[in-house]
Amino acid sequence: MTTETMPSAGAPTSSRPAPAWRHQHILDLDNFGRDEIEAVLDTADSMREILDRRIARVPALRGRTVVNLFYEPSTRTRASFELAGKALGADVISLTAAMSSVQKGESLIDTVRTLRAMRADVIVMRHSSAGAAYLAAEHTDASIINAGDGAHAHPTQALLDLYTMRQHFGDLAGKRVVMVGDISHSRVARSDMWGLTALGARVVVCGPPTLLPRGLRASERPAHAESALPPVTVETDIERAIEGAHIVMALRLQSERQQGGLLPSVGEYARRYQVTAQRLARAHPDHILMHPGPKNEGVEIAADVATGDRSIIEEQVTNGVAVRMALLYLLAGYAPGDVDGGSR
Amino acid sequence: MSTLAIHNARVIDPGLGRDGIADVVIVDGRISRVGPDEGSAVIDADRIDATGLVVTPGFVDLHTHLREPGFTYKETIRTGTAAAAAGGFTTVCAMPNTNPPLDSRAAIESVLREAETATVRVLPIGCITRGRAGAELAPAGELQAAGAVALSDDGDAVADPSLMRHALEYSTAFGLPISQHCEDPSLVRDGHMHEGWVATRMGLRGRPASAEETMVARDIALAELSGAHLHIAHVSSAGSVALIRAARARGAHVTAEVTPHHLVLTHEEVAFGFGADYTHLRYNTDAKVNPPLREHSDVAALRAALRDGVIEAIATDHAPHARMDKEIEFDVAAAGISGLETAFGLCMTLVTEGDLDLPLLIERLTIGPVRAWQLDRQPGLEGLGTLAPGAVADIAILDPATRWTVEPARFLSMGRNTPLGGRELTGQVVATIAAGRVVHRLESVAAL
Repeated sequence: MTTETMPSAGAPTSSRPAPAWRHQHILDLDNFGRDEIEAVLDTADSMREILDRRIARVPALRGRTVVNLFYEPSTRTRASFELAGKALGADVISLTAAMSSVQKGESLIDTVRTLRAMRADVIVMRHSSAGAAYLAAEHTDASIINAGDGAHAHPTQALLDLYTMRQHFGDLAGKRVVMVGDISHSRVARSDMWGLTALGARVVVCGPPTLLPRGLRASERPAHAESALPPVTVETDIERAIEGAHIVMALRLQSERQQGGLLPSVGEYARRYQVTAQRLARAHPDHILMHPGPKNEGVEIAADVATGDRSIIEEQVTNGVAVRMALLYLLAGYAPGDVDGGSR
Repeated sequence: MSTLAIHNARVIDPGLGRDGIADVVIVDGRISRVGPDEGSAVIDADRIDATGLVVTPGFVDLHTHLREPGFTYKETIRTGTAAAAAGGFTTVCAMPNTNPPLDSRAAIESVLREAETATVRVLPIGCITRGRAGAELAPAGELQAAGAVALSDDGDAVADPSLMRHALEYSTAFGLPISQHCEDPSLVRDGHMHEGWVATRMGLRGRPASAEETMVARDIALAELSGAHLHIAHVSSAGSVALIRAARARGAHVTAEVTPHHLVLTHEEVAFGFGADYTHLRYNTDAKVNPPLREHSDVAALRAALRDGVIEAIATDHAPHARMDKEIEFDVAAAGISGLETAFGLCMTLVTEGDLDLPLLIERLTIGPVRAWQLDRQPGLEGLGTLAPGAVADIAILDPATRWTVEPARFLSMGRNTPLGGRELTGQVVATIAAGRVVHRLESVAAL
């Protein structure tokens, strides 16, 4: 029966925490301004405080239902959302759909509508098809959180990356951030690019030409489409890319890329693109090393640096819960009806 | 004897070089006379006042998916031909990617039987390969004897170069055009839209223009080897245009068609819609089509090719789909646009934007496709695509100036899959006459 739901530091005090909050769904960061991203990160700061308490639980979302709808396997993202929802007092259920909706015979739209009919307030969705979360959002008034849609976007991962970077550097404006690896197939890289450039970071993406998508270079777009993708630098030489970097992020390399003819071998990839201590010597002296996980040590990242003193990979995981709590909380402030368990 | 007189229209008949105010008189389903004041002399006729309107030969579509047999939940011969009539088309060439595919005499004959009661003329296209499987040749001679006017495995390319070579060679015995869907399957595997910056934004794998161009180049070389008639279906890229232009300059028997959507829309349609800003992303499966919508530079090259005759035909690639095929995840959604009922209005964009004049647009919708496939050499099709005296009276009556809004829910086609819903187009088909019978008429058209 507590009325104290949120800690004070930087936290909103009413049940409508962010007056400027205008998002019903979290589909990607391409429609997030700097202020909005900072609102999420500030709210996540408050959530970190809750997580660090002895009993990490507040009733802010009591009576609300969060459904994790995962069409793809996931350990950390799913667990992270479950913990986030529970820490805020929401009812959380997780559904794993082993098969795609098509094989199952029930359409994605039907599934989402059924969940809404069961009073799901938030549906956290992971799906192998790019755009699946957008399709869901078009057909329900529940809030949709995109927990990864094909190679398109993974905005909650990007926000936790931004949160972790901000913890280390404060303002990210002007910081050089390098993402190395399979940019073409990386939903993390796509969402990170939007978030990082919105905060003023200088983003470099680096990988072999077969793993770099077309159109990222401004010269590959018509003039009218300049703003249609984030302004990033594209580099195929890892030494040049890492030069002076504040943040280096290695991306997971799937071994299928070799079978797909995109790479001669995983071994050659490792020789040319692995993030190693020797290469990190070119980075900024205060650099940090990140990885969205799960990582292949010895492929995209050398084992010693993955666990070395510059690595903040584990912090990323802890911060993931706080950032997802922040998002669930902020979405509740948008939704019709009201957040139950707020300051009433 | 039944007589119908259309009065006081601007008659545009590019096949006969006519463009001027005239009356058209139809007797017993055939064109009787075309000329100034011809209609006034006729007594006891039904009359249409076409003052301020344009009268042209009925449009001829070299590329229509009627979906019957096998996919009648998407479209039937009845609904597809009704949609054709609403779009001003009086002849549609039916693609054979049905179930079963049109790879046998019996299959062609069954389509023709069903088409006897259809709203407009249906000319079936037979498969190039048995079962569209790309492994063995379908019986071209049998298919032609049954009534096939061309061969195509459309929906898929004939990927095997040797088989394609033999298909082209074999077709020369029958004079049948081979209409090829040019996209190399290995280059478009898992691709769902044009490869470029929009696909990158959307996280979708692309179908590069080079997948089309490499196959256009290959097939032109094979056609030149055999002297066969190669028809490039739905050309979509500037690079393909350059290849076709060069082949034709060498004298190769290569013809080509382009769709209204490739002439106007770009890959941005998939993600942003018309005139939308770049912050609101969507995954519009109604703009998913193969080959994909490409870039502004491709659109410009296609328009130039249509203007100078390198591409002589506009074809709709009308590809109706049911809602359940489209209202799903983008990568599993069916590809195709329901195009018959918007074709004229969409193509009028080229006229209003100054790329083509109206008579040339009409040419590319009428006599252009007829000549590309020499359809008027078929028995019973003499004068097809024209208003020549004695020809079957197939006519479109157009209002090129009227503005209207596309409402897919009101389509006669069962396929409401168009990215144009809600868009205003200029230029409308107000009436269609097939074999002398009014098969489509807007309420606004007055009878005298």
